[in-house]
Amino acid sequence: MKKLLKYVIIDIVQNKIVLLYTFLLLIISLSVFNLENNAAKGLLSLLNIILILVPLICIIFSTIYIYNSSEFIELLVSQPLKRRTIWFSIFTGLSASLSFAFFIGAGIPILLYHADVTGIIMIVMGLFLTVVFVSIAMLAASITRDKARGIGLSILLWLYFSLIFDAIILFLLFQFQDYPLEKAMIGFSFFNPIDLARIMILLKMDIAALMGYTGAVFKDFFGTSIGISVAVFVLVIWIIIPFLISLRKFNRKDL
Amino acid sequence: MIVAKNITKTFGKLKALDNVSATFSRGECIALLGPNASGKTTLIKSLLGMIVPNSGSIHFNNELITDKWMYRNQIGYMPQIGRYPENMTVAHVINMMKDIRKDSNKKHDEDLVNSYGLKDIMYKKMRTLSGGTTQKVSASLAFLFSPDVLILDEPTAGLDPLASELLKKKIIEEKQNGKLILITSHVLSELDDLITEVFYMQEGKLLFHKKLSVLREETGEQKLSKAIAKVISAQAE
Repeated sequence: MKKLLKYVIIDIVQNKIVLLYTFLLLIISLSVFNLENNAAKGLLSLLNIILILVPLICIIFSTIYIYNSSEFIELLVSQPLKRRTIWFSIFTGLSASLSFAFFIGAGIPILLYHADVTGIIMIVMGLFLTVVFVSIAMLAASITRDKARGIGLSILLWLYFSLIFDAIILFLLFQFQDYPLEKAMIGFSFFNPIDLARIMILLKMDIAALMGYTGAVFKDFFGTSIGISVAVFVLVIWIIIPFLISLRKFNRKDL
Repeated sequence: MIVAKNITKTFGKLKALDNVSATFSRGECIALLGPNASGKTTLIKSLLGMIVPNSGSIHFNNELITDKWMYRNQIGYMPQIGRYPENMTVAHVINMMKDIRKDSNKKHDEDLVNSYGLKDIMYKKMRTLSGGTTQKVSASLAFLFSPDVLILDEPTAGLDPLASELLKKKIIEEKQNGKLILITSHVLSELDDLITEVFYMQEGKLLFHKKLSVLREETGEQKLSKAIAKVISAQAE
């Protein structure tokens, strides 16, 4: 496992895209904090960029990486190695390097400019989103053998979590505006890791007060330690379930 | 050493392996023969656990191989088309394999690495290698850990005459060391002085599995190619 992880990480680092991603995040975060004279405003702008950029890069890069390592995987499968070890090493390698990139690129500027609870929660949520979307990418890549279809699928998944899901929620809210949906909204948010991360971070910011009654309901739930634990638990589920399904598929795959 | 029972594997509608049973024992050098798409590679990949058969069982040293992985420590595999991580150099690939198979406390057998002169191209990336050179790397890797079983899928395809002669010499040497060797090849003439048994497949089915000496006796032909031709034409009639 350790040996394999080493080779996966070397391979990813040689790829240079992760380095580029780190620099991109670093430039964005530093410029955002320097453009706004108020660090809290900077954090808010950064939040919106991170919630779009991190899932996108993580899911696309991971999917392409897995397809491009098909030779590597094929070579390893014929060796005395467990398939589980191979798949887990790839997952860990991708998560570790992308998380590290996020921490350097966004985590350090946040700690420099806004080192309070909000900043730290934002870093933690960014790291969670990184791993969640690596896990979803592994699922997308294990579903189909065809590279174009796999990448297409992961782009669709990203679109779904970033845009389509919110559109559906908005649609539901308007259609059922006569009913009290605030509590149900908490349930809906569990179905989208990006929304969950956004809520967790926004509630720690002052603008949470502007979110109206829904915001108040959210604050009642996610503001408590139970709410936070539940949210973290759901995010962990979002990591484990897609990965386990992909592992099952990989174990039965013909190479 | 390897016992396969009633292996069936389908890819969609295509039956790649149809109820194939086989016993391969130690010290034999077996030629897996058959026309293209007769299921030879699928059989090999099933033995390696790279393909999961729909039904049937495979035992390696009396142990079922399903979901097992340690047994692959005793197998050296040379694929038909070696596919390697493109960005790795030859040295990287070889060192990685040594690292992965470290637990096998056998000494590394670098005969082929040396005779193929891989030392001089260690710094080259796998992407830049020609097909034949990639085959040389594959062959060297298969023999590197002196495994008990060698599975060679079209080993000489793409190798120059000198290189394939070196490989044949190495195969004979290993055969004399009492190893089990499985070879597929379409060049029957080069198998004559290598093999001891013939395993002939057609359309996913086993047609016959005989000792070479028996086959020679039955057909009265010394040359493998002629003997096979005789059997096949006899069956066609």
